[in-house]
Amino acid sequence: MATAVQTVERENYLNSNYGIKSWLLTTDHKRIAVLYLISITAMFWLGGFFAMMIRLELLTPAGDLVSSDTYNKLFTMHGIIMVFFFLIPSVPAVLGNFLVPLMVGAKDLAFPRVNLLSWYLYMAGAITALTAMVTGGVDTGWTFYTPFSTTYSNTHVIGAAIGIFIAGFSSILTGLNFIVTIHRMRAPGMTWRRLPLFCWSNYAAAVIMVLGTPVIAITLLLVALERAFNIGVFNPQLGGDPLLFQHLFWFYSHPAVYIMILPGMGVISEIVCCFSRKRAFGYEFIALASIAIAVLGFLVWAHHMFVAGISVYAALVFSLLSYLVAIPSAVKVFNWTATMYKGSISYNTPMLYAFGFIGLFTVGGLTGIFLSSLGLDVHVHDTYFVIAHFHYVMVGGMVMAYMAGLHFWWPKITGKMYPEAWAKLSALLVFVGFNTTFFPLFILGYMGSPRRYHAYPPEFQVLNVLSTAGASILAVGYVLPMIYFVWSLRYGADAGPNPWNAVGLEWMTSSPPPTHNFDETPVVTWEAYDYEHQPQEEITVGH
Amino acid sequence: MAKHAEHNEETGSVGHIAPAKLYVAIWAILMVLTLTTVLVSMVDIGPMNIVVALVIATIKGTLVVLFFMHLRYSPKLTMATVIAAVFWLFLLLSLTMTDYLTRAWSTYPGR
Repeated sequence: MATAVQTVERENYLNSNYGIKSWLLTTDHKRIAVLYLISITAMFWLGGFFAMMIRLELLTPAGDLVSSDTYNKLFTMHGIIMVFFFLIPSVPAVLGNFLVPLMVGAKDLAFPRVNLLSWYLYMAGAITALTAMVTGGVDTGWTFYTPFSTTYSNTHVIGAAIGIFIAGFSSILTGLNFIVTIHRMRAPGMTWRRLPLFCWSNYAAAVIMVLGTPVIAITLLLVALERAFNIGVFNPQLGGDPLLFQHLFWFYSHPAVYIMILPGMGVISEIVCCFSRKRAFGYEFIALASIAIAVLGFLVWAHHMFVAGISVYAALVFSLLSYLVAIPSAVKVFNWTATMYKGSISYNTPMLYAFGFIGLFTVGGLTGIFLSSLGLDVHVHDTYFVIAHFHYVMVGGMVMAYMAGLHFWWPKITGKMYPEAWAKLSALLVFVGFNTTFFPLFILGYMGSPRRYHAYPPEFQVLNVLSTAGASILAVGYVLPMIYFVWSLRYGADAGPNPWNAVGLEWMTSSPPPTHNFDETPVVTWEAYDYEHQPQEEITVGH
Repeated sequence: MAKHAEHNEETGSVGHIAPAKLYVAIWAILMVLTLTTVLVSMVDIGPMNIVVALVIATIKGTLVVLFFMHLRYSPKLTMATVIAAVFWLFLLLSLTMTDYLTRAWSTYPGR
């Protein structure tokens, strides 16, 4: 523990050198994480803007704000940006990049240059996809279903598909880097059983990235090739099978849900332990549940295709397998609550976001069980029920976890504290705004309101107005952190190396960390989350 | 020398040097298999054509990975990675086939 030496204005990764070039050519995992943070934040606002346009259009039953074609493009661009350019890179590429080497006690990731390359690939992919959107947009939905995407759509499908193809390689490289780093670069004494759960869950997500992403890349390439050269892979008129596209697409895109949520679960594990001052209940189970989710996640994809015309017998198998994913997910939720039981809980902002995550993820997960049951899925398929379900997982779960993690490690990343009262308000606004936006959609979907239409019958208006009102509360909840995070860079109080009195190697170096993370290689002699033996100092922040 | 070997064991970063004869032998086998593929394609054995072609291609790929890409001399972790990739391909193909093989089955047994 001798590494925690803090001196004023000591060299750190932010002040070691200056200038645009020092950032664009950096191989420091922490700087690359910041590059990712800036890029994905821009994408988040862009995707959020499209979401607000969608919600505004749905304020009234008539299609009066935008035409149906524009509406198709809006929800497509919202989906593509949020899934491929925000959610998938969010926790791994920002927090994972920053924290995995720190948490395992390494100087950097295993392949620092590959790490920088992954950011450039991400940017190249994002710019390609954005170009397709600016020059005319895409109207296929983020799922690019064939034969519409390959034959009938007159929009820029090829550009968007190639953008996602390129960004996919960024994801593969990040995953590869995590796997090799966690296997090879752990500090002396950092055994697998002492590995922070954040690393375990990022490891599991990395396995999916490496094994799954090539499939979506090749699938979208096939869509582009079929469009450009009339190769008959998916188009039945050319001898192809449109359902083959859905099989290939969801083989990646369902596990991609777990690329998004697993690192988020890792964030929650860290935060729940820290703010309960307790060791993780059932550490091994939480760790292995991550791996189980990663593997099981690959066996369930056809539950997206129950009404698409697949074999009923295959659907039965996939329905059963889909139920299985609930087991490791529930293991995690129960273990978090058991960790909090009789803990010394403090209600700081990261913990408030974590509470939000646990509740909303549970709702999202349980409604997933509704959808994996064959009979019910026939009724609610392609309705707002599905929209509500996956937004509870993606936004209520994943974005909550991302915000929780950002608030938890912001002092480490920047060395500055944000105003706690405003941050608590933002957590509250996001929770209230989120539920107001998406809970009505469950009811709308149950009543049969189909997704992806810009107009709807007047009897659905009250719930839609409620949802749009909630979206504006949610937007305020997201704008606030943006303002006070930037504010804190200049005016925030110095955080010190460990403002939460947390355990974990990342808290034993200064904030912001020095370029090489640790002055001397740490030697780990304690178990993960050893809060029982930590001096029982109160968390002073925000009191 | 011992230290060198240890380094190899630990990181797998120092490549194994196999005798040139082995590489030539593998190359010769690959050529023979290629020739076989071409020749078999000229004989019509019905659906078995594609089966034979895929089996030969799999053998060739395995040889390349084992010898030219040094998997045979690699640490267990590298082997596990390759096996995982093949296993995931198996998952993709087999679970997709649960749909294609049973799509024509009657939805209402007995009718």
